[in-house]
Amino acid sequence: MSRDKTMTAEEAVGRLESGMTLGIGGWGSRRKPMALVRALLRSDLTDLTVVSYGGPDVGLLAAAGKIRKLVAAFATLDSIPLEPHFGAARQRAAFEMVELDEAMFMWGLTAAAHRLPFMPIRAGLASDVMTVNPRLRTVRSPYEDGEELVAVPALRLDAALVHLNRADVHGNGQYLGPDPYFDDLFCQAADQAYLSCERIVDTAELLKAQGPQSLLVKRAFVNGVVETPNGAHFTSCAPDYDRDETFQRAYTQAARDPEAWRAFTEQFLSGDEAAYQAAVAAFHEEEA
Amino acid sequence: MSGGATTATRAEYCVVACAEAWRDAGEVLASPMGTIPMIGARLARLTFSPDLLLTDGEALLIGDVPAVGATAQVVEGWLPYRQHLALVATGRRHVMMGASQLDRHGNQNISCIGDWSRPKRQLLGVRGAPINTLNNPTSYWVPRHSPRVFVERVDMVSGVGYDRAAAAGPSASRYHRIPEVISDLGVFDFETPDRTMRLRSRHPGVTVDQIADATGFALTIPDEVPYTREPTAEELRLIREVVDPKGLREREVPA
Repeated sequence: MSRDKTMTAEEAVGRLESGMTLGIGGWGSRRKPMALVRALLRSDLTDLTVVSYGGPDVGLLAAAGKIRKLVAAFATLDSIPLEPHFGAARQRAAFEMVELDEAMFMWGLTAAAHRLPFMPIRAGLASDVMTVNPRLRTVRSPYEDGEELVAVPALRLDAALVHLNRADVHGNGQYLGPDPYFDDLFCQAADQAYLSCERIVDTAELLKAQGPQSLLVKRAFVNGVVETPNGAHFTSCAPDYDRDETFQRAYTQAARDPEAWRAFTEQFLSGDEAAYQAAVAAFHEEEA
Repeated sequence: MSGGATTATRAEYCVVACAEAWRDAGEVLASPMGTIPMIGARLARLTFSPDLLLTDGEALLIGDVPAVGATAQVVEGWLPYRQHLALVATGRRHVMMGASQLDRHGNQNISCIGDWSRPKRQLLGVRGAPINTLNNPTSYWVPRHSPRVFVERVDMVSGVGYDRAAAAGPSASRYHRIPEVISDLGVFDFETPDRTMRLRSRHPGVTVDQIADATGFALTIPDEVPYTREPTAEELRLIREVVDPKGLREREVPA
């Protein structure tokens, strides 16, 4: 029997170091490993390079001043197009930015997962992505076509953080929603990966929910498994729950004003994960 | 609402103009961004472009054509983000994106306003605009035509225009095409010798001067500028009763 890799969010974050390059799974405000991000917020870790199809993970880490460099094609809350903390941080040049196209980002992760130095891609040519990333190079096809393409460098990660619907204690991760996003790629591109999930189940239980193609992440690429019910909150985690739009609106409103943000932080982010979930429940009781 | 009312609103002219962008597109994915393009794509599929593929806005290809905002009852395919990005590279897609800024060559910006290193206003980021414009036909939808959108020079080239694609060489220009730009005032294309923007049609009620004044660069304006075509009675019925019964189009382009 393979190892039991269960741990707490604190233990997972305890394996990380300041200055690391962290990949964060999900997409926008969808299935983000928010409980792990909240554990990061409570830690002393700083000076991070964050690689993400950005959502509130980027916003919260930026607001806490933990990002030294961001690699992203966007940061959005989906139903609210502009991530407020990301926008504010960019407007005060709070971190270095590597702005890539969405597909360049995918091929950068793929190159890292395949242990290749780069992947060729047409995207990026002629756009200002080339201008704002002067280190990007092109590569010429060695075949008759002689095409000149962008060589997207591998986005190798020190660690990846992802959130799935189910997992077993060994790190086999299962998604039950309509989109895997890129969570398996993040894990394969990383030296270590921490997988949080809504519920840990017996390995034999996994296929009772869905077919084998739902088994997205393989245990060989996972170093720690964390059970965090509602752990993607306030992002969506279909089919377990939808995005908490009411809460997301409150987050966005608070993010626009320093005083309101201090109050929001005090109310929701000053305690541990259990305190967060209790504060969210209380918030909804007041709203109702 | 059914039967008599054939007087189209501005929003309905825009819907039909957007739908026209997908005429003869073949069996490709229509990717509309914005409410009116979404209504337009669904109208095209219900009428003259029945082969179009449509998504639910997430990871599914829908087999029926529900009203905007309603859930599809039939799923015909799966298109998670990784497949969507790969599909773009096949070219089997015509996307209609928004634009915070757009210049006469069709360079588009959705990333930020001001100096990129410290933007005056951070917008979305480049998202998929670079891959879209180099791989599949990319049209644009601008719900409020103004000199702030139609600018001499965009601050951050996200979607690539004709001049930049040509300058970057054959790998950039090979599959590059911007069929149309549609705004609340008219329809535009790049059918000029130097591939700069031309006024193709104006929506009824709009003057050529009004369009020129709302455009921050010198637009090519033919001697005769036709009106955008009228919706048919059946198209109006489909828009009002089937695709957009809640009238969301009128919120994007008020009468």
